[in-house]
Amino acid sequence: MEKYKFLRHTADAKFQAFGSTLEEAFINAALATASLMWAWEKIEKKIEHRVEMSGKDHKQLLIGFLEEIIYLFDSKMFLLGSPENLRIKKKGNLYILKALFKGDSYSDKYEIHGDVKAITYNEMEIEKNAHFMVQVVVDV
Amino acid sequence: MELNKINEYTWEIPKTGDMKVPALIYTSAKLLESVRRDMTLMQAKNVACLRGIQRKSYVMPDAHQGYGFPIGGVAAFDMDDGVISPGGVGYDINCGVRLLRTDYTEKDIHERRTQLLAEIFREVPAGVGKGGITRLSRNVLLEVCTKGAEWAVENGYGTREDLQRTEESGRMKGADPSHLSPRAVERGTPQLGTLGAGNHFLEIQKVSEIYDEQVSRVFGIQSVGQILVMIHCGSRGLGHQVASDYIRLMENKFGIRGLPDRELINAPIRSQLGQQYYKSMSAAVNYAFANRQMIAHWVRDVFAKVMGSSEGMSQVYDVCHNVAKFEKHRIDGKDKEVCIHRKGATRSFGPGREEIPEVYRSAGQPVIIPGSMGTASYILVGTSEAEELSFGSTAHGAGRVMSRHEALRRFRGEQIKKEMESRGIELKSTSWKGVAEEASQAYKDVDEVVNVSHKAGIGKLVAKVTPVGVMKG
Repeated sequence: MEKYKFLRHTADAKFQAFGSTLEEAFINAALATASLMWAWEKIEKKIEHRVEMSGKDHKQLLIGFLEEIIYLFDSKMFLLGSPENLRIKKKGNLYILKALFKGDSYSDKYEIHGDVKAITYNEMEIEKNAHFMVQVVVDV
Repeated sequence: MELNKINEYTWEIPKTGDMKVPALIYTSAKLLESVRRDMTLMQAKNVACLRGIQRKSYVMPDAHQGYGFPIGGVAAFDMDDGVISPGGVGYDINCGVRLLRTDYTEKDIHERRTQLLAEIFREVPAGVGKGGITRLSRNVLLEVCTKGAEWAVENGYGTREDLQRTEESGRMKGADPSHLSPRAVERGTPQLGTLGAGNHFLEIQKVSEIYDEQVSRVFGIQSVGQILVMIHCGSRGLGHQVASDYIRLMENKFGIRGLPDRELINAPIRSQLGQQYYKSMSAAVNYAFANRQMIAHWVRDVFAKVMGSSEGMSQVYDVCHNVAKFEKHRIDGKDKEVCIHRKGATRSFGPGREEIPEVYRSAGQPVIIPGSMGTASYILVGTSEAEELSFGSTAHGAGRVMSRHEALRRFRGEQIKKEMESRGIELKSTSWKGVAEEASQAYKDVDEVVNVSHKAGIGKLVAKVTPVGVMKG
């Protein structure tokens, strides 16, 4: 199964990410988002950030999760290489996501090739058929 | 979708279903083809369903699909019954354009234009992940968000005259940065004084045609060949975070039931959350004004250094094309304050409006419409008709027609640079990929866009400018 693929969109970037679990689809969506800014495969795993967020539904949770990548880059120059140990649990009315981001600080050895301004609800889909699929449009 | 043609440059989506008002599209038969291909018209229709919308849901000639509202969407809402929506402003709050004039001609700079561009490229941080000049303290950042371009001028960037020639005098008075999230502040702190990436650019341009000599002279644009500098950028991560934050807060407070599109989430203007969004958005607007003020200052420094003087480099104007504001408009024969959203649209007030700086008040407000990379840009002037036709608004740029992905597949950055150089245009960029994504073929024809604006009467042509040197973020 491919991790993610990009689709046509007039102004911005639209992708679908796949997984045999919702967690795996979220991880691959994180990699797709990172791929718009840097080659995540090439990022060394030197620094770790524990991330945690909540959402009223899976879509809001997904937005919060992917925004974390942009926030950590803008504010701490952190380049995500590998999202790991991702867990989603339901607690009361909220879904809680916890994960470990492994990556490195930006330096000259890495090339930044694009910008992601925000994650949007536009055309967002989260589907479960044989596999999980999440579709996201990001503002670039 | 059913469209009624009103005249050569105006189409209408009649009011049906949940629409509270009709939608009106300023376009041409040619531009309409691409508008019909994406979700623009559906989004204009969705906007027409929002509570308290006044007159019509308007669509500008450069429109394309956005989030919630179309890019190129203009809508005004009743202050008491209406709403304010982050999706009606966009993620890049106060993305805008600043134009500087010079006394130099194309001939004067010809031999030093490579050096000019190289020095500007060195002085103005651009691209993704490039920080600003200094790491600011949180308190200074909050001051920037309160005072906008005034902060920059007080700190040695530019002159008070620049402020007079900036929309809102470079400062939205309603700003209150205490409503910004810690994340917005954290993202904004390292990025002040940076151009950013994507479609943001800085261009050295020459005047290539003057359509209205009288008005252009008032704007300080005297002759063909005159050199100008155009700066296009916004509020960077701070503005993006404000939009994301308030979409979430409004969802959690008001729920999403009945919304045709989650990005249309909104709050009553008078509600606490609506007010907080307005105050935070205004803070982001101010950040962007300060940002362009600093960049303009560095550009003048470079001209002083390379050309020997920056005298005469006064600011023509600075417009914001992603914003919500409270403005007075004539509705049903009465002057009424409304909350107007311009998302990818430029204010184009006609002569006499008090919001226009005194020097331009008899001529009308300068409207700056940047083209795409390597193409012409235009200076227009606002009209009194526009206030009737579009709440005093017109286009903001060329508008994309092709995805970045598709552009990357079709074009190569190196090839585009070569092609531009063969036309006498220098190009400097932080990323080849970025250059390919911004290929002019991925955009609507800006000439057609401004022609529609002129013919529809929502912004009249004053001058055409073409690039000499392009710095792409």
